[in-house]
Amino acid sequence: MSSDSSRLRQLAVSESGFVFDPLTGHTFTVNAAGLAVLAGLKAGLDVDAIAVGLGASFEVEGGEDVRRDVDDFVLRLREHGLVK
Amino acid sequence: MRPPLEAVVAVTGMNATDNPAPGVAVCRSLRAVPEFRGKLVGLGYDALDPGFYAQGLLDAGAILPYPKAGRLAMLDRLRALRSELGIEVLLPTLDSELRAVAASERELAELGIACFVPRLDALAAATKARLPELAGRGGFRTPDSEAVGHAEAVRTLVDRLGLPLVVKGVFYGATIVHSEADAVLAFHQFAASWGLPVIVQRYVAGEEYNVAALGDGEGALVGAVAMRKMALTDKGKGWSGVTVDGPDLLRTTSSLVQALGWRGGLEVEFLRERATGELYVLEVNPRFPAWVYLATGAGQNLPWAYVMLACGEPVPELPPYRVGTQFVRISLDQVQDLATYGALSASGRFDSVGVRRAS
Repeated sequence: MSSDSSRLRQLAVSESGFVFDPLTGHTFTVNAAGLAVLAGLKAGLDVDAIAVGLGASFEVEGGEDVRRDVDDFVLRLREHGLVK
Repeated sequence: MRPPLEAVVAVTGMNATDNPAPGVAVCRSLRAVPEFRGKLVGLGYDALDPGFYAQGLLDAGAILPYPKAGRLAMLDRLRALRSELGIEVLLPTLDSELRAVAASERELAELGIACFVPRLDALAAATKARLPELAGRGGFRTPDSEAVGHAEAVRTLVDRLGLPLVVKGVFYGATIVHSEADAVLAFHQFAASWGLPVIVQRYVAGEEYNVAALGDGEGALVGAVAMRKMALTDKGKGWSGVTVDGPDLLRTTSSLVQALGWRGGLEVEFLRERATGELYVLEVNPRFPAWVYLATGAGQNLPWAYVMLACGEPVPELPPYRVGTQFVRISLDQVQDLATYGALSASGRFDSVGVRRAS
């Protein structure tokens, strides 16, 4: 599954994980894994590819768990109107 | 009149409690102009208005008669202040003053005091009671609302619009009510505080946004800055906020300014409905908001543009503002001797630098 990332590309994201949505004024904080997922979505990667990359970057075993966590994260983004 | 950079500018609204008037923010904006060599005179209604005591802000200050004393009392006082302090530009910041100032613009000009305020017909058209009519002209949405003059009409509106409802005073204040009894109670409270009519409005759940703007009087926007409040006081006033990129907020503000031929500062309060994303105009305030210094910090000094326009100087459209600029308010104790308080109490004014002599 890939997501429409046009809204995500508008976000201001700091290296420390502070996220500002310039259209709504909302702010969020994300951890390093969240930053990696955001970067992947902004780059247009699909969830499977992001999960694989995340597992490798963070040396996590259990691809299903990682995939589920990425799905949950995308769901949260959707709730905030940041992905369709 | 001297050029704007050398003008003696009087700004009203020196009250700066947790429900602040815009005067201090306006004066800070004028002080932010590095080349400004003029003088700032704060005008307020109480010798303890905190803005009078803001260090480095004002050159002089004076007490005005309360607006209920009437337009002529205001004019008499401004005539005296023109003579005593040499004020040349007046920037009113309170809703309750605007009508009297707008009605007196010619007389003020004859005194040598310039201002840049809305025309009386525009002021009337922008009131809460006439917002639905303005929405039709400006092509924007506003929640269903009605101006009512008696409690029985409130009961009818509870049936028609459903609960909860928003009940608003004609000048200030709004409360969300969840029962007919509370709606009637709020009606009586606002009627007693601010008179009739009282506005009853359909409640729309969503997020509030605000725009501070300046109209050139010919239908164009000189500048406009959109903001979302990040923290509110228990009175619902913004204590922190951040500028946002709101193309539809600015577009709607522009339509409204065009529809009214708005002249001067204004604040438009918006609500974006959570369920639908639709944008509604909740209110149009006929003056700069108390958070206008955020606009200055973000790159649009709207109060300074007002002074320029009042002095008859052309002002090009202001540059885009920086999105993501934040303000956080602070309460602090201002400590000094009794000289300023004493002068305001005894003679109704203070003049710390000899404004008149320096002019």
